[in-house]
Parts: sequence; C-alpha cells; structure tokens
Amino acid sequence: MSKIIIALLCGVIFGLGLSLSQMVNPNKVLAFLDISGNWDPSLAFVMMGALAVALPAFRFIQKRRQPVFEDGFHVTHKTAIDKPLLSGAAIFGIGWGMSGYCPGPAVTSLGFGSMEGLVMVAGIYAGFFAERFFAKK
Amino acid sequence: MENFTPYSALLGGSLIGLSAAILLLFNGRIAGISSIMNGVFKSPKHEVSWRSAFLAGLVLGALLFQWIAPGFITPRQEYPLGLVAIGGFLVGVGTRLGSGCTSGHGICGIANLSLRSIYATLTFMATGFITVFLIRHVFSLT
Repeated sequence: MSKIIIALLCGVIFGLGLSLSQMVNPNKVLAFLDISGNWDPSLAFVMMGALAVALPAFRFIQKRRQPVFEDGFHVTHKTAIDKPLLSGAAIFGIGWGMSGYCPGPAVTSLGFGSMEGLVMVAGIYAGFFAERFFAKK
Repeated sequence: MENFTPYSALLGGSLIGLSAAILLLFNGRIAGISSIMNGVFKSPKHEVSWRSAFLAGLVLGALLFQWIAPGFITPRQEYPLGLVAIGGFLVGVGTRLGSGCTSGHGICGIANLSLRSIYATLTFMATGFITVFLIRHVFSLT
C-alpha cells in the first residue's frame, strides 16, 4: 500500500511540474524544437531544473543498500548503444516533433480535458501493441 | 524568444526531478513514463497498481494545478489531429524499441550518467528538430 501512495504522490508532483513548466502545452514544446523559427529555449531549462535535483539525488540515494519500501533498485544496467536504442529514439523524436507530446505530458493533459491528449495516449498505446506484435515475430 | 519562461521552467523541472528522486528513494523505481504506461498492460499483477497510481497522479496533478492557477495553460487550437494520432503511434513504437522517452532517458538516465541515455536523448532531440523543421518550414503543414 505504501508503494502505491508514493507512486500516486510522485505522479502528482510530476504532473504539477509538467504543468508549471508548460510542457503540457504542445505549442511550448514545438517552439523549443523549432530552432529556425521563433525559438523558445524554455524546455532546456526544464531539463536543467530536473537534472539539478535528480543528478545529486540519484547518486546519494543509490548509496543506500536498498530503497525504503523495496528490496533493491530497479535500475537498468544496460550499456549497449545499439541499433534498437538509436532507431527507437529516432522514431520517438519524429513522433514527438509531429505531435508536440511525449508520454508524460500526453497523460497529464488528460487532466486538462484535452482531446489531443486522448488521441495521443490512444496513439501511444497503439504503438506499444504494434511494437510488441512485431517484436514477437 | 518572446515566450521564454526560464523561471517557471526551472521550478517545474525541479519538481519533475524531485518526483523522480522520491520514486527512486522509496520504491526503487525509475520515473520513465513510457515504461510505466506500457507496464500497466504488461506487468505481473502486483506491478500494475503502482503504475496505475502514478498515471492517475499525473492527471490529478493537472487538476490540482488548474485549481491553483486557473487559466495558466491554454489548450492548443486547430492543430491537425491526424498529426497527433500518427505522432502518438510513433512515440509508442519508438519508446518501446528505444526503451525510454524524455523522462526515462532524458532525465533519469542522464541523472545516472548513462552514456546509452545520453545518446538516446541526443538522437530524439535531433529527429525532433528535423521533424518540426520539415513540418513547419518545408511542408507548411501547421
């Protein structure tokens, strides 16, 4: 139960962060991705703010033997910079640029009653299932 | 740069970093939203509830934000929904193939100084820039 409450709380804080930083506004995201237009560097500041907290915190936290409510850290130790990683990231970037949404803002925008958010989340799940279908073949 | 909002961006970003830190400290999990979304329909049963709670929290955060600061976010008007749908599909395929998105690779992965995540982030940023350039300035779709 405590793990569920933590997850809910983290979701709320994450959602507040995406709202305050306006990352839930796809125009804001596209204005960052549009270097040759009227460029808005705000998104870079969102990343800076997030990393300023997460970089030191992650180091500190992982010095613990284990998390508070779990036996171990579920952190990937994959290091390969391979074809699936890069082609997947490339495809993701194209979808991001087309829509102005990445997964977090897509879900969060449901709370703003956004029709686009609904279409986006449906599209993302369609993509998940398609990828899984082809990965099995 | 008329719409540049560095302070709310920094503050909002630090909330995102804080959320990722709390999730790691207490639950030992990475706040990668695409993995959390995917896991809702894929994970063993005991894994589904915390993921659903996190996603519900995202929506709740948006509702709470509107209550605190009504009118701060204005929804986008008249953007082609077809681009959103195809974009969503590509985001779904791409984040599974590449095992992460802006949060998983761009924030948590880089916070762990993972070279893999740094390469992924540079790649999706690059194709994002190129895509917006093509859509806006070459094909004038929006």
